[in-house]
Amino acid sequence: MAAITAPAPARARRPRRNAGLHKVNPVVYLVAFLLVGVCIAPVLYIIIGGFRTNAEITQDPSGFPSTWQVSNYADVLSSSLFWQQAGNSLFVGVLTTAGVVVLGVMASFVLARYTFFGRGAMYSLFAAGLMFPMTVAVTPLYIMIRSLGLMNSLAGIILPQIAFALPVTVIILVPFLRAIPKELEEAASIDGASRLGFFFRMVVPLSVPGVVTVGILAFVASWNSYMLPLFILNSESSYTLPLGVQSFASQYSVDTARVLAFTSLSMIPALVFFSLFERRIVGGLTGAVKG
Amino acid sequence: MSDSRGEDSPVLTTSAEGRSVAGGGAHAAPSPAGPAARASSSSVRRKRNSDWRKPLEIAVLAGPGIILFLMFVIFPVVMAAYYGFFKWKGFGPPTDFVGLQNYVTILTDPVFHDALKHNGFIVVMSLVMQGPVAVGLALLINQKMRGRSLVRVLIFVPYVVSEVIVGTGWSLMLATNGAVNDLLVKIGLEGWTVDWLADPSVAIWSLMIIITWKYIGFAVILFLAGMQSIPEELAEASAIDGASYWQTQRRITLPLLGPTIRIWAFLSIIGSLQLFDLVYIIWGQYVAATAGTSTMATYMVAEGRNAGNFGFGNAVAVLLFLISLIIALTYQRFVLRRDTEGALTEGKK
Repeated sequence: MAAITAPAPARARRPRRNAGLHKVNPVVYLVAFLLVGVCIAPVLYIIIGGFRTNAEITQDPSGFPSTWQVSNYADVLSSSLFWQQAGNSLFVGVLTTAGVVVLGVMASFVLARYTFFGRGAMYSLFAAGLMFPMTVAVTPLYIMIRSLGLMNSLAGIILPQIAFALPVTVIILVPFLRAIPKELEEAASIDGASRLGFFFRMVVPLSVPGVVTVGILAFVASWNSYMLPLFILNSESSYTLPLGVQSFASQYSVDTARVLAFTSLSMIPALVFFSLFERRIVGGLTGAVKG
Repeated sequence: MSDSRGEDSPVLTTSAEGRSVAGGGAHAAPSPAGPAARASSSSVRRKRNSDWRKPLEIAVLAGPGIILFLMFVIFPVVMAAYYGFFKWKGFGPPTDFVGLQNYVTILTDPVFHDALKHNGFIVVMSLVMQGPVAVGLALLINQKMRGRSLVRVLIFVPYVVSEVIVGTGWSLMLATNGAVNDLLVKIGLEGWTVDWLADPSVAIWSLMIIITWKYIGFAVILFLAGMQSIPEELAEASAIDGASYWQTQRRITLPLLGPTIRIWAFLSIIGSLQLFDLVYIIWGQYVAATAGTSTMATYMVAEGRNAGNFGFGNAVAVLLFLISLIIALTYQRFVLRRDTEGALTEGKK
């Protein structure tokens, strides 16, 4: 628990803090502490459980490790299957994110900065896409992927994931790109830039904060995606980590400690990635909520 | 991660506008006459070019996204409506047209009724269990306190961890001889130990606990984001007028948070209706129905793909979609209308 509270005071900037309107009640700290405890206790249970032995877990399910076993983690880290599946997840995540960002920025730019017949319809089309979650489309999607010959291939996951992430991306990015003032475009045009020149030289750099938000959401969603891989992938070597965790858990159901170690390791990338950029996400959401 | 929440929250508008003012000024300043002349000549050229250039640019920029979207989102949903009228095992083209038979079967299937009931329960209980608590927590954390940014990162952890991990971890903890029961015994609450996952009268509550745990962080963060956009002057003014902290929250923050709360409720309802991953991972396709936690989506996968009845599975998908759509449209019509004007009815803006 010390790890949770220790870094905070060092980072807090005291002069600004103390300039607040009122003194914060100690109860607030207590509630915040309890809340954080409830939120991370199950995650800590998984991580700490990976350091125990199976005998310990059976005898005393809620205890701490008597001696910290590294062997479970070492076993998982030395298995080629784990790295294969982590690689698959990374590959799918990176390509999905790249696709979402590139196609999303281009489509949002058109929606935000061009006036043309059918623009409202195009925006409504993407907005309606929010109503088509993966759950509804997955059965026919599975049939389509199969007839395209993409079964059990990572491309069969990447392409639909990009398509399904586009609506959110467009909804977040269009207001963002529209906020770039008209004068800027005029200035660029006076300086001889075409609309496309304006897009590459001004819009792309200015849209970075929004793109980061959208990109993180896409990556984390892809990293955690379960339903589509469940339908499309059918061999262990092509599994992404969520499927890998599940099949590992059912295969080694007696070896609880190793399952917990495998599970802990598979959540690290999304957690690291997320905590690095958390501020950006809240910033991006602030804009989206404001509308 | 520096701890400077206040400055960078309105990233979007300020950064874009700020730079533009500087940029525009710099360009306009040097020679007022020159650019104007150049602009007029170039606009003539532009006019001739734009006849074909603009549609081409639109097509090149928006085309790939639209094609991908139509192909992998819209088309499958349309095909689901078509497949739903057939009795079809998923091989070769569907030929055994059965009309509305699939729908009749589903709507008269008591297993589907159960799933629908569970979905309804999850929709309502998610709102009831998460909403008030999340607002309260957001209000607490929104105060200027030490380590606030760390608290925000940590309460978002359950949301970022994947459903599979949550399911695996919680099913181990909630097992009959798992950590939760063990802990209850240790602190002397032996009477409270139950079969969290297998007992049909308890299982759905266990599911609600897990759902609340996993998704409440998202609600809190959304509300915090909403609170950031409420001008601080309002709170300052009310403080000067002698309002206590909680009075300020009740009279100023909560009403202004309305739009955010309504959008969160919308997302929560849709998510509850589509719930699949957690149930399927923890209870599996067979146990979910008997443990009383099945949802429309697990019904769809169990009776559709897993049973090899693709026509039937697609019909369930269509029903699931229609139910979500009706609820969503009703909600938008009666609750969200004020908020989404301009957001969804885009053209007028």
